Amino acid sequence: MLKAVKILTKMYDVPEGWTLRAYERAGGYQAARKAFGMTQAALVEEMKKANVRGRGGAGFPAGVKWGFMKPDPVKPAYLVVNADEGEPGTFKDRTLMEKDPHRCVEGSIIASYAIGAHVCYIYVRDELHLSKDRLWGAIREAKDKGYIGARPFGNDYAVDVFVHTGAGAYICGEETALLESLEGKRGEPRLKPPFPAQRGVFGCPTTVNNLETIAAVPTVVEMGGEAFSKLSSLHHLNDGGTRLFGVSGHVKKPGIFEACVGLTLRELIYDLGGGISSGELLGVIPGGSSCPVLLPSERVHAPDEKSVLHPWHGQSVLDVPLGVDTFRNLGTMLGTCCAIVFSDKTCPVAVMQNLMAFYRHESCGQCTPCREGTGWIDRIVTKLLQGTASLAEVDQIHDIGSGIMGNTICAFGEGAAMPALGLVRKFRRHFEDHANKKPCPAGGRLQA
Amino acid sequence: MPFVLSADRQREMTAILARYPNRQAACIPVLHLCQDQEGYVSEDAIIFVAEKLAMSPAQVKGIVTFYTLFNTEPVGKHQVWVCRTLSCALRGAQDIIAHCEKKLGVHVGQTTRDGKVTLRTAECLASCGTAPMMQVDKRYYENLTQAEVDRILDRILLDA
Ligand SMILES: Cc1cc2nc3c(=O)[nH]c(=O)nc-3n(C[C@H](O)[C@H](O)[C@H](O)COP(=O)(O)O)c2cc1C
Ligand code: SF4
Ligand code: FES
Repeated sequence: MLKAVKILTKMYDVPEGWTLRAYERAGGYQAARKAFGMTQAALVEEMKKANVRGRGGAGFPAGVKWGFMKPDPVKPAYLVVNADEGEPGTFKDRTLMEKDPHRCVEGSIIASYAIGAHVCYIYVRDELHLSKDRLWGAIREAKDKGYIGARPFGNDYAVDVFVHTGAGAYICGEETALLESLEGKRGEPRLKPPFPAQRGVFGCPTTVNNLETIAAVPTVVEMGGEAFSKLSSLHHLNDGGTRLFGVSGHVKKPGIFEACVGLTLRELIYDLGGGISSGELLGVIPGGSSCPVLLPSERVHAPDEKSVLHPWHGQSVLDVPLGVDTFRNLGTMLGTCCAIVFSDKTCPVAVMQNLMAFYRHESCGQCTPCREGTGWIDRIVTKLLQGTASLAEVDQIHDIGSGIMGNTICAFGEGAAMPALGLVRKFRRHFEDHANKKPCPAGGRLQA
Repeated sequence: MPFVLSADRQREMTAILARYPNRQAACIPVLHLCQDQEGYVSEDAIIFVAEKLAMSPAQVKGIVTFYTLFNTEPVGKHQVWVCRTLSCALRGAQDIIAHCEKKLGVHVGQTTRDGKVTLRTAECLASCGTAPMMQVDKRYYENLTQAEVDRILDRILLDA
């Protein structure tokens, strides 16, 4: 259901909305004042009731994650905000940092207090220079007012917020690679457990949250967790609130739109995105490139009344609300909620090649199945586009992909293998035609 | 000559070090300072960073080579990065890349003979809704057309 709201995006159209003056005029920093009047346990409880599912891609309930933080007698705790925004197709966190950095800072202050941290690092990919400048500007303004520092809003609870930068590596969005990178090391993911709440950055208890997750925090405190959750039509599935939806590729009006959780792909593509720019819809990658593709012809098969998807049994997948559990049950993922759309003027083999070149380049190389597998698939698809690969090699993609799944240190492996397996299965005929050297109607091209 | 940071970058480094509980955590931000100064991270800069942060040069080098944005060799005065990933490719990134190659007379990965521009492709730069796009030094240029690319490149080619 399309319920457009302006909460996270409240400041987006306000002139100089990134300044403290504009933010406070719109009621900014009242939530932080309120939060310091609450106990830390009460804040974690509100966050649980808010049903904010992590906006970084995995959809883990943020309140539950906060609840994992246990005070340590000697070690300090840290909040690390993930603004690495590297997942292809994803461009939502950038809008928050550029247009409403104070919301990000206020959320960081509240979350730091809630989890018992006195220091928060916001990890921003280096390329986002405007985002970093806006965040630093907001931090300076908040510091000058005494909202950050030794006594935020006059409370005896010191909070410092810093921006930290990467240096161009998609893998640093993975939370443990990000922590390594923050420690000044190569961004190589760690084996889990221990989880960050046990041993995070500098060996200390750490919460890693996506920037949009943190941006929701002031509103959760302001409205109360339950009211926030009930904005969503998937409140009953513990998937609450409002979030940013993105759409890019072959739509008439690509962009970032805020809506209550429960929006469908059809609404995102046609109502918000203005429909397909040229040709007919061929496929949609729902939430960043690591999510398996969906086709408009696919229908929900969920005859079992207990299935999460049963209410949409028989309907098009485009009409299922975008939720963490609904999309997992569709055999794909919600991911970052930023969809990539391609029309029938595009060659799906070329889509696969574009993505596999990305994964091949970005694999950190620690695990053999991931390092070798991404390169191998990339080579096969490249050969398919050149007309020099056989049908046997198309089948090999299944084996290579399955060989990566479950055999790697981090979820990058699955994130590369799942979209590959999805594309080769759902566009089998296109892959076969390329192997059989039939002319490609799209000419092996991506552009519509 | 041993590498030294300029006075203002030296001050910036002191401010950076104060943000972390140990020195190594400052490694990436400090390497950015070095690269800002020289255009790339030289062997001498690696030794400088290792000394300042109580790391071994090999450790620092391991970091420099891991991250795409650190140059290990001199590059052009201006950096042009054209995004090649899916959302941009669906909206014509390939044509933009080919146009840049032709206009600059270099292939992706190369620097113009006058040393002014290095052309490279980038992976998704979080600008997918305004594709195709490219980054020139620290600025993003979005919703590109070939005419727009010409204007941008002409400007930096003229810049002495
Ligand atoms: C390969 C890979 C890349 C990731 N990139 C990002 C990213 O750019 N931004 C982000 O917030 N989370 C990213 N994540 C997810 C993080 O590991 C982590 O789950 C998230 O930051 C937790 O925050 P959340 O619970 O608020 O979503 C990535 C995960 C993987 C496996
Ligand atoms: S799965 Fe890939 S990216 Fe993740 S640790 Fe292994 S090699 Fe690195
Ligand atoms: S695909 Fe080019 S900016 Fe995301």
